[in-house]
Amino acid sequence: MNKILIIAEHDGNEINSSTLKCVSCAKDIESANIDIVICAQDGANITKAASKIDHINSVILIDNEANENMIAAVIAPQIISMSDEYTHIFGPSTTFGKDLMPRIAALLNVNQISDIMEVINAYEFKRPIYAGNAIVSIKTSADKKIVGTIRTASFQDVQANNSAEIHNHEISIDLPTHTRFKSLQTGESDRPDLQTAKKVVSGGRALGSEANFEIIYQLADTMNAGAGASRAAVDAGYVPNEMQVGQTGKIIAPDLYLAIGISGAIQHLTGIKDAGTIVAINKDEEAPIFEIADIGLVGDLFDVIPELEAEIKNQN
Amino acid sequence: MKKIIVGLKRVIDYNVRVRVKSDHSGVEKDGVKMSINPFDEIALEEALRIKEKGLADEIIVVSIGSDDCQQQLRTGLAMGADRAILVESSQELYPLTLSKVLHELVKDEQPMIVLLGKQAIDNDNNQVGQMLAALWDRPQATFASEININENTATVTREVDSGLETIEIDLPAVITADLRLNEPRYVKLPDIMKAKKKPLNKVSYDEIVNSNTSDLAPSLTESPPHREKGIMVESVPELVNELKNKGLL
Repeated sequence: MNKILIIAEHDGNEINSSTLKCVSCAKDIESANIDIVICAQDGANITKAASKIDHINSVILIDNEANENMIAAVIAPQIISMSDEYTHIFGPSTTFGKDLMPRIAALLNVNQISDIMEVINAYEFKRPIYAGNAIVSIKTSADKKIVGTIRTASFQDVQANNSAEIHNHEISIDLPTHTRFKSLQTGESDRPDLQTAKKVVSGGRALGSEANFEIIYQLADTMNAGAGASRAAVDAGYVPNEMQVGQTGKIIAPDLYLAIGISGAIQHLTGIKDAGTIVAINKDEEAPIFEIADIGLVGDLFDVIPELEAEIKNQN
Repeated sequence: MKKIIVGLKRVIDYNVRVRVKSDHSGVEKDGVKMSINPFDEIALEEALRIKEKGLADEIIVVSIGSDDCQQQLRTGLAMGADRAILVESSQELYPLTLSKVLHELVKDEQPMIVLLGKQAIDNDNNQVGQMLAALWDRPQATFASEININENTATVTREVDSGLETIEIDLPAVITADLRLNEPRYVKLPDIMKAKKKPLNKVSYDEIVNSNTSDLAPSLTESPPHREKGIMVESVPELVNELKNKGLL
């Protein structure tokens, strides 16, 4: 039997859907017995929500005030303290998991498999390298623990109709205090979360200014879509960094992706490869984005967007 | 003396279109332009700026790999690093082993900060900084977009999925650089000449760490599935129609 521990990502109130993707990956391993661990402060509600996730055996809550801000150096030793019985330890390949999981792997004296995109068997996985320009199959040795991060865009959500057991795990070790949370600055937005939205509208440098980006937001709101941006638009200061889609930003897989005024640099395409339908709107008919778009429209975005918005409103 | 160690990895230049070898044993590296991993270059730039503010005394660049890594170390010296260490190894080393090598160097040099790129653009692992911090039992501040050095602490702003997180860490510590930390300087010709005189110390990997923790083995490298070019539409109504037909509106 493969005993798999998944480290839940949450914001103190809700389980992040990246956790569901991890479960989705773990269930592809033969005879998987999956537990979720939640490190939290006052985590009873999150734990209850997690216990509904399908395919899992139990949820383990480590309730500790040191877990208020999910600091990797604080969480890692807690995971180690309960890791003995597990064959696999997985976390999401989000900034949370990327920060935490290698720290756990090093403490267990094993390498980590980053960005797992496919399970071949319990000891062999596929992952992208060179910004997704090559896919490598990695074999691990069966006698060691496997620590991995899960590429969330490669897996579907799992359902939540379960009622898994809930356990508490008490920590009796000293936790480090050398790393202290100060603040978190987030863009306030009521739009669907970029990473989980079924539809995403993204703008590029062609928008020309922060003010002009307003038309992207309006179109996104009309479509009930998340709003994203290319690295160029972020670097130009039109939008905050958390909106960046691409290899160094967020890797997403919405059903519909609208790339507006985005030329399609490799690093951007890496972030949207798993999207269902990609629509490109660009003035330059030679733009590389058209090479991978399912539907392309050559035109000036300042003409196209208002028209598109009006058409969609007409449909509704 | 306040030292900063910066890791420089030799990787295929980011402008090169990477191709999978026809026998699937890896990617084509023969005759391909090699450069410093861009994130490492950002890390080095940041270290130099910290030194220029008078907050550090010496910048040491380290590379682990073949003798060819000297090129990247010389570039690092030309950018302004004070000395270089090449840990020579002919075999491909995995992040855990790389972290162990760096940890040994850290024990020797006792740096204030180890500044690394958040990931290398070849294997995209994003592991070494975190692993080194774990082995060293010190703080890690990954994906840094702003670093302020205080007396015995550093305040670091990190690019996280939900926005910008600011943390305070005790020094010594490991910090990994994200894209927007800075824009690295260009190297000028006189600096390249000067760099030739700066010390570059070679040590053998076997003398530092006695095992390569190679519990991972790549078995096959493939090209990614190709996304087919789709259709072009002429007008917005046509676009809306297509989306409706696909059930996306």
